[in-house]
Amino acid sequence: MSGPFTIIGGGVCGLAMAAELSSRGVQVTVIDPKGAPGDHACSWWAGGMLAPDCEGASAEPEIVRQGRKAVGWWESQGAAVHHEGTLVVALYRDQSNLATFARRAPSAATLSKGQIAEQEPHLAERYSKALFLADEGHLDPRATLTALHAKLAQRGVRFGDEITGQVIDCRGLAARDSLTDLRGVKGEMLVVRCPDMTLSRPVRLLHPRFPLYIVPRGDGEFMLGATQIETRERSRATLRSVMELMNAAYALHPAFGEAELLEIGVDARPAFPDNQPRIRRIGEVIYANGLFRHGFLLAPALAQMTADLVLDGKIPEVWYEDYRER
Amino acid sequence: MPTFYGTEVTSRLMLGTAQYPSPAILADAFRRSGAGIATVSVRREASGDQAGQDFWALIRDLGVAVLPNTAGCYSVREAVTTAQMARELFDTNWIKLEVIGHADTLQPDPFGLVDAAAQLAEDGFEVFPYCTEDLVLCERLVEVGCKVLMPWGAPIGTGLGLNNIYGLRSLRAHFPDIPLVVDAGLGLPSQAAHAMELGYEAVLLNTAVAKAGDPAAMAQAFGLAVQAGALAASADPMDARDMAAPSTPVFGKAML
Repeated sequence: MSGPFTIIGGGVCGLAMAAELSSRGVQVTVIDPKGAPGDHACSWWAGGMLAPDCEGASAEPEIVRQGRKAVGWWESQGAAVHHEGTLVVALYRDQSNLATFARRAPSAATLSKGQIAEQEPHLAERYSKALFLADEGHLDPRATLTALHAKLAQRGVRFGDEITGQVIDCRGLAARDSLTDLRGVKGEMLVVRCPDMTLSRPVRLLHPRFPLYIVPRGDGEFMLGATQIETRERSRATLRSVMELMNAAYALHPAFGEAELLEIGVDARPAFPDNQPRIRRIGEVIYANGLFRHGFLLAPALAQMTADLVLDGKIPEVWYEDYRER
Repeated sequence: MPTFYGTEVTSRLMLGTAQYPSPAILADAFRRSGAGIATVSVRREASGDQAGQDFWALIRDLGVAVLPNTAGCYSVREAVTTAQMARELFDTNWIKLEVIGHADTLQPDPFGLVDAAAQLAEDGFEVFPYCTEDLVLCERLVEVGCKVLMPWGAPIGTGLGLNNIYGLRSLRAHFPDIPLVVDAGLGLPSQAAHAMELGYEAVLLNTAVAKAGDPAAMAQAFGLAVQAGALAASADPMDARDMAAPSTPVFGKAML
């Protein structure tokens, strides 16, 4: 097949798909009733961590393998990816969590207090031990989506409402109408401004009750995330969740106590029962969905596999399901 | 197999449903362990409306008895309301009652627990109270209508195992006819087997399985352990003794 293609949905999945296909020289239309990237897309609320090794401590090995493609892919699309790695810490009483994490994320190096001070001076005040995953990166999801949208338009990708050619459905949770095993996992996040605090890279706090990650967004802004609640509710941040995130941030470093609260975000991630994405053919439509908490991490691999499938007829090595009647 | 409120269950293992890497792994853990009861946190996961239905459907698809719980409730009123919501959601009178008294140790509030258990039993609920191994507290719970007791092994999520063997043993001796379940604190299958050897009917755990590197394998290990422990308890174990007792005859040897 050589196109044209119509992609439905303009979140991270749809835009990555459009980028991959259009970079291979085919005509692409993206349909998103809301237009440009914004808060209607679940990926708008993402952390933007490209951290396959960290995820590997609790996610399937395939997610790690496919996720390793993310940093290079986003850079090839002109995204500003920060190559600062990820720092993982735990409070003194939760040190056993750090040991477990190190065992399950074998590429993690152990840092001493002095080494932490070189990376994140503010954290060396409080932590004498940390794990460091050097190969990981992060990006700003909103800036990335907005820039990619503009770039695609320049490249000739149409943003319209007319379906032409093969349909690739990237609607996320809205595709529940066709994907009956897709569920929502609600996430709540915060954006704060904390000029007293400097972090150069995402920091994860391992905590038995309130695990937290903090992603620096520049200009003293930080994204704090994220809860994971089994419901497809896309609104209504609860006081409990917000309090837990804030508590964890305050525990990570008391400087966050003085942070200004800029934003409370809520949405629901689309996920299949094994929390891994799928490329699924139903009838004439191809669905790419189920990125769960791995939108920016796995959208590149999913887009590449889908493009290989529709352009070269190459069956994806993983995550592919053909539901067409034979 | 143990009978709770007139219902015989298929296994001595009860598993919680939180914190697994994915629902698929959760389902695997149930399959491989043969666990007969799934506990579900209503308060945390549900918004009480349609939105949480996907997860409930996954739990129902496990094909095991569902025991909703009031995890995370710190007051009597909260726990009672959550129980009522759970009854509607899952169409069951069973409720695992948690009234937490302390945020750090998550230990039960014994006073609130008795109060809430009394209200719920009065309202037709079949209450599974998460309690300490305190004998007097357990007597009160039985007085207000609890026909199952669920003392902790150790604080929730610690994996410390059975912290007070003496207390658990005396509960067993004191309540020969009440089903007893060790709830919380287990970290290893050997600890679950130990609970069975003490004559307990079942164990309930979550973190030890959900947070294992391979949850389904750990669940299976717990399933085997409770079988081993229960079998041992039914086999009239020998009593321990201080002096060595040779297992082979000593005839013909010099007696010193």
